[in-house]
Amino acid sequence: MTNATQPIPVTVLTGYLGAGKTTLLNRILTEDHGKKYAVIVNEFGEVGIDNDLVVDTDEEIFEMNNGCICCTVRGDLIRILEGLMKRKGRFDAVLIETTGLADPAPVAQTFFMDDDVRSKTRLDAIVTVVDAKNLMARIDDSPEAEDQVAFADVILLNKVDLVSAEELAAVRAEIAAINPYARVIETERCAVDLGEVLDRGAFDLNRILAVEPEFLTSGHHHHDESVKSISLKAGDMQPEAFFDWINRATQEQGPKIRRLKGIIAFENDPERYVVQGVHMIVEGDHQRAWKPGETRQSRLVFIGRDLDFEALKAGFDACRA
Amino acid sequence: MPTLVPHDLDAYVVACGFLGEAAVFALGDGRIEIRDGEISHRVEAHDGGILAAVFTADGKALLTAGDDGRVARTTADGASETLFEKSGKWLDQLAEGPQGAIACAAGRMAWVRLADGTVVEFPHEKSVGGVGFLPKGLRLATATTDKAMLHWVTAKGAPVDMPWKGAHTGITTSPDGKFLVTTMQEPALHGWRIDDMKHMRMTGYPTKVKSISWSAKGRFLATSGANAAILWPFLTKDGPMGKNPLQLGPRDRIVSRVACHPTEEVVAIGYDDGMVLAVRFGDAAEVLLRKPGAAPLSALAWDPAGVRVAYGAETGEAGVIDIRG
Repeated sequence: MTNATQPIPVTVLTGYLGAGKTTLLNRILTEDHGKKYAVIVNEFGEVGIDNDLVVDTDEEIFEMNNGCICCTVRGDLIRILEGLMKRKGRFDAVLIETTGLADPAPVAQTFFMDDDVRSKTRLDAIVTVVDAKNLMARIDDSPEAEDQVAFADVILLNKVDLVSAEELAAVRAEIAAINPYARVIETERCAVDLGEVLDRGAFDLNRILAVEPEFLTSGHHHHDESVKSISLKAGDMQPEAFFDWINRATQEQGPKIRRLKGIIAFENDPERYVVQGVHMIVEGDHQRAWKPGETRQSRLVFIGRDLDFEALKAGFDACRA
Repeated sequence: MPTLVPHDLDAYVVACGFLGEAAVFALGDGRIEIRDGEISHRVEAHDGGILAAVFTADGKALLTAGDDGRVARTTADGASETLFEKSGKWLDQLAEGPQGAIACAAGRMAWVRLADGTVVEFPHEKSVGGVGFLPKGLRLATATTDKAMLHWVTAKGAPVDMPWKGAHTGITTSPDGKFLVTTMQEPALHGWRIDDMKHMRMTGYPTKVKSISWSAKGRFLATSGANAAILWPFLTKDGPMGKNPLQLGPRDRIVSRVACHPTEEVVAIGYDDGMVLAVRFGDAAEVLLRKPGAAPLSALAWDPAGVRVAYGAETGEAGVIDIRG
């Protein structure tokens, strides 16, 4: 019975055309990693695997009828996941491959906006494969390439054998400028321990705590001086003020916020509260009790573009207990 | 007191019902389980999962559509034949129509298979969320993004678009053929009076509506998705407009399945904790048919005589309730 009620972990695999996404997908499908995946793909022809749990789909994005322009979801995913939930027990986890040109937001938002998907699955991680040689050029000429880096929990920096040490450092700095909170793994031909990519356990909260905001100011400013990520820190927070502020802030700055993640210490609350969001959508839940001796620290990070740092910081600070 | 015979089927119950005396369960792992007293049949109907299932109007067969791209027709003796096949397609929509026609859909394509085996294709711009038929003539109704559509199956003629913004995830036509109703991605139904395309909005649900059932003679449309069964009146030519729906069997749980009695004004209601009630429309009198179980009810149906109820849950708990005791 527990098996039937446990949410199924879902990994989303993104990456620009030619980055090596299909190589990684084929490895996941063929290697013995002890898990059975139901795989939802968009370019069926490229996956030469006879597997009855590979589902071909056409990405279909629609706006939710709730007046929020950023609330787009993947209708095809809702249907396929609903069908897969009738076959629970046949697979351990779900892998969704997006097309190279895809903005990851509608996929991620599907996991927040659809009640059935939200109750039966959990978004384990967004994994983005990028090509060390071409990433800089891609980011220059397509907003989706930057979106894919910004949304990632894990980035496979692939084809590192094709670039010099200087080029590699520049690419790493670019990734850090867009999204300092993703785990970056350097690979050649996607040769990575799949355990580093799959079943990561939602987003990696430890990284939110570990990455210091000072880190953001380093690196280069290849494109623009706009603020792409913000990290806010405090001690205990007032819950009512915080919820009021986070709802207003995401309504006002939603289109500029790609993702937000945080751990909040609410006054008089013995448990850690975890929030995450995409654009205007925010959700949160208690995660676990603060451990004895653990510093009760609130930490909230925003990843986006043209973020209003002063406004977000002032709003956050006003919620301090 | 109603009597209950439980079956543990160990897979998601997609649909259930009766073929003659036999209770029949279509399961998420591709099996069909048939239980008739001492006799039981297991039919491996699909190589993969069953995504949609409907009982034929004549009560003689169960039609199932699966992720193996097949539509199968299975009878009470366990015999199963393939009616339609498109390998590689996830057929997740299925309906039976007049004149032995069946409709199914995968992605952006809907198909109608006529009784003689002829197949007609109906391509859509967006994915097909539901298929159904008008009761007379041979007209296919489909639900898709931002509209419902009515297609001529054998006659020539452009399809009729019935626009309404949003993703439509299911479709039904009233038994008299006057109304078309869709379920939506939003927690709402949308309806059209087919004659003049007049809109009917049916909103107020806390969750998506996933189960709908017309009561005897099409007087009410019972729906899931709230903490009571919501029954919209279709007694007059204006349908439910300006009228309050009946709210039957209110609890602090969400209704996951509804099934109207074939002849009486009674609805069987399944909840997300597995409980089943039978409730009379007129005085809201309730009879407990099944206590809460381990999982949400996922299938519920009356037999044609209206004396037995088959049920199934997401975890494979299933059974037959006989209200004659």
